[in-house]
Amino acid sequence: MGDPRAAIDAVYRAESGRITAALIRYSGSFDLAEEALQDAVAAALTHWERDGLPANPGAWLMAASKRKLIDFIRRARTRHEKSSTLAHEINLRAESQVDDLEPGLDAYPDDRLRLIFTCCHPALNVEAQVALTLRTLGGLTTAEIARAFLRPEATIAQRLVRARNKIKEAGIPYEVPPLDQTAKRLQAVLAVVYLIFNEGYAATEGESLMRSDLGAEAIRLARILRELVPSDPEVIGLLALMLLHDSRGAARINVRGELVPLEEQDRRLWDQGRMAEGLECLDLALREQRPGPYQIQAAIAATHAHAREPGATDWTEIASLYGELLRLTPTPVVALNHAVAVAMSQGLEEGLKRIEWLGVSGTLDEYRLYHAARADLLRRLGRRDEALRAYEQALVLSTNRVEEAFLRKRVASFS
Amino acid sequence: MRYMMLMYSRETPEGPSPEEVDYLIKTHGALIAEAKQKGVLISVEGLKSSATATTIRSQDGRAVVLDGPFAETKEQLAGFYILECRDLDEATEWARKIPTSCKGESGCIEIRPVADLPRPPGAA
Repeated sequence: MGDPRAAIDAVYRAESGRITAALIRYSGSFDLAEEALQDAVAAALTHWERDGLPANPGAWLMAASKRKLIDFIRRARTRHEKSSTLAHEINLRAESQVDDLEPGLDAYPDDRLRLIFTCCHPALNVEAQVALTLRTLGGLTTAEIARAFLRPEATIAQRLVRARNKIKEAGIPYEVPPLDQTAKRLQAVLAVVYLIFNEGYAATEGESLMRSDLGAEAIRLARILRELVPSDPEVIGLLALMLLHDSRGAARINVRGELVPLEEQDRRLWDQGRMAEGLECLDLALREQRPGPYQIQAAIAATHAHAREPGATDWTEIASLYGELLRLTPTPVVALNHAVAVAMSQGLEEGLKRIEWLGVSGTLDEYRLYHAARADLLRRLGRRDEALRAYEQALVLSTNRVEEAFLRKRVASFS
Repeated sequence: MRYMMLMYSRETPEGPSPEEVDYLIKTHGALIAEAKQKGVLISVEGLKSSATATTIRSQDGRAVVLDGPFAETKEQLAGFYILECRDLDEATEWARKIPTSCKGESGCIEIRPVADLPRPPGAA
């Protein structure tokens, strides 16, 4: 018999999103759903310690959560005789629905889809979307989310309370948006998942450049989304993008905890399994012939993946992909990346000219990677003094210690 | 659920031009007709300009009467709708159709769910 605590953790991780999603549909309440699941987890610990693990722990937890939920609803009903306030929280169809439930976990396969669309509803701010997605669909605890984002637990708890209240009080629907809005709403969902990944991949604050839990969590969420929305190639494109970036994880940081830029990475450390999976996902997505920003970014990452050594990188292809991305998402940041790719394929002078032209408007003044990219080209061109000044500007704007250390090392290499 | 849609729009000293007034009457008229026909309209009003506003503010326990609106902002409350909607998404769909200002460009709609407060006895 396994350790019940570890078994619970594993089952919770795998099933909590599905269970929470179903419980919310029955009750119409995020709070009741969460309470019922927490109670069921406590009950599971007691039972599993005593009787051993059930044959299907996930189904056990789902059934126990439903029973707890029915208890809550009945109790609220009784109170309702005296006061009507609580009754508003509860969908009145709920009890009969719960009673009718089949034990199967997949009776309503799109419950989690409703859940993620609700969590990423545009009427919630992005921080709330992220916290709610990780908490309800990802099954992370409030403490885990707080740790990952380096925020006090009370802040995250407060964010979650506000988000749940807004869903309830403002009447944010618990449903998959109608077809004519699905694509746009899916963009918001993908943006949240990618934000979670990026927070894990290149933390904008703090000691450690990568917080791999968040990266892994984002990849897990994307896998769930792929299962739920198999028809949109951008979903699998995003999964491909994250897998390809993640495959370089071990090479991105050296043994001293320092950032290693792509061209200096030991490519033998790239995770071949992850990379192969990423490339395979990208192929599947591209076969749909409906390109989008995530597929293009994945294709750029794939071009790097195909190069056995930095010198073999097909920068012409990368420049053309960034050109395509720029056409779809004309942001200064994409334009910056395009200019770097042009520098690598058509010549440093040409790239630098483009970067400096981008800098004229002043919108990139506060963007550290603008200064870092400019500094890098100046360094390659041997324009030491200018490079040094640009590195120093990047350094001032950096908020991540690992990145700072990298920039400092570059600065030091000039003296 | 009832939702109040507060219309905020930019005011100009000279007020809307005759063409703008025409446009507003036409677009609001169509919207009101549609909302009535679908049975969701509870109430709708437009307000006179903020230059006509008077604010009563409580200061040191006394009610002080002041000239002008509560906040000096670029966009002023110009009117409101109250509609019965299934959820926020339906309310948002309606709000999108509300013309927001005399220029048809600037302005915004704030959607607020109406609180279900107990009515005093005798109130409708």
